[in-house]
Amino acid sequence: MTVPILNASGCLDALTAAEVAQTLDVFVTKTVTPLPREGNPPPRIAETELGMLNSIGLQNPGIEAFLDDTLPRLARLGVPLWVSVGGFSVQDYAQLCTLLSGREEVTTIELNLSCPNVDEAPETAAEIVAAAREATPKTLYAKLSPATWDIAETARAVADAGADGLSLVNTIRGLALAPTTLEPTLERGAGGYSGPALRPIALACVYACATAVDLPIVGMGGVSSGRHAVALVAAGASAVALGTVLFAEPFAARRVRVEMTEAAVALGYPSAAALRGKAHKSATFANLSAL
Amino acid sequence: MQANEAIGAYTLLRIERGGLEPGSPGQFFMLEAPGRLLPRPMSLCLAPAGELAFLVDPIGPGTRALCALRSGDAIRVFGPLGNGFDLDVERPLLVAGGIGVAPMPYLAETLGRGSALLGFRSPRHAEAAVLLPGAEVVVEPRLVTELLPDDPGDVLACGPEPMLEAVRARAPHAQLAWEAPMACGYGACYGCVVEHEGRLQRLCVAGPVLRGGL
Repeated sequence: MTVPILNASGCLDALTAAEVAQTLDVFVTKTVTPLPREGNPPPRIAETELGMLNSIGLQNPGIEAFLDDTLPRLARLGVPLWVSVGGFSVQDYAQLCTLLSGREEVTTIELNLSCPNVDEAPETAAEIVAAAREATPKTLYAKLSPATWDIAETARAVADAGADGLSLVNTIRGLALAPTTLEPTLERGAGGYSGPALRPIALACVYACATAVDLPIVGMGGVSSGRHAVALVAAGASAVALGTVLFAEPFAARRVRVEMTEAAVALGYPSAAALRGKAHKSATFANLSAL
Repeated sequence: MQANEAIGAYTLLRIERGGLEPGSPGQFFMLEAPGRLLPRPMSLCLAPAGELAFLVDPIGPGTRALCALRSGDAIRVFGPLGNGFDLDVERPLLVAGGIGVAPMPYLAETLGRGSALLGFRSPRHAEAAVLLPGAEVVVEPRLVTELLPDDPGDVLACGPEPMLEAVRARAPHAQLAWEAPMACGYGACYGCVVEHEGRLQRLCVAGPVLRGGL
């Protein structure tokens, strides 16, 4: 058993970089919404000392064009596909899940419940998951925000509502000011903060959720090395996703995959998968199901 | 990393080519900026045998880190990326402002003909004109657009946005190389969008060379 490596949604376009997508065990699409979205006005990105901010605003062609045009082309890559969906109401998520249900190219639907750059649906994560669960028999992952007081509580709620797995974590809201004008660097003001600074935050979320629910977890947040990936697995993740590192190093998955095994072996385990959950007191930690 | 050469206010980074193709003029590479999270997009300036050379203006922490590289240092380079200039032109006229001169030497060399107009903000910056022998050069307060003839032919231009807008006003069919902050350079991040043909498009995929304007 291995630890699959995915991309974080919105951090790779497989249609402009097929060979990069093919280094992954799963390709996760950028979030699709019911209607096309042009996204936020530029500037949309800013580098900070310990990470980067983005404010893309869910730019996407909408579900109709996605199903007609994007999905068939993605299917030709030969990489298992997860589709990330986002909306502004429970009905939006249900509709997206219904439309994707009939498409065998799609193995899993990831519910983006936590985009920091758009106004979110007013309903709770659990309500959205419940509606999505009713709309589709496909595997459902809930992608949660780290910006919550008790993420384990949210994890329990979405598990009870029928989620099959968790994607942890999305970006966290941050702000950068231009040094000379002291005005926000990003046109829309705040953005989603990602990169190395997110690492301990993601680790804490995975650690908390792994004991709260018996669901597979895709861990992500600032992973750029095998050691980072191994830490998430030890905290309870069954898979890891790469985000910001893909911007600087498109083929990082190959390196991280090798390093992950090396790091596990150096610690005395036969593979990275074998150290899953080791951050927890082994007596209290339930074995996690595989991805 | 082969060497760093100061050229006026700029630095010419000469990097061992390794297995990378130089690509076509106007295309760009993502250069790892030591100590920074994100790489920096740089159009190819020159392609001497076995090397790729980039002209860098040290304006921020990333570009300053690049200009501080020394012979023997190693950085990650990814490219060539994006769409360069269409070289199927009758009467090429190269027009550049400031660091926009960067892609012009490789463009001139590839075309093998055509004249060039360059504008800089100071005599020290204007020293970069040495990379393009025979070019007409002006320094602020004079502007490069003052040198544009009434019938400019096929304009291929790179420079700051106001300059490109001014060029486009005089030469509506000009090929213009634009700039935008980029995190990835290969279509992954959606950070570098510009409004082109009425919609927001990723400059790294649709450009950086566009016909007409933003």
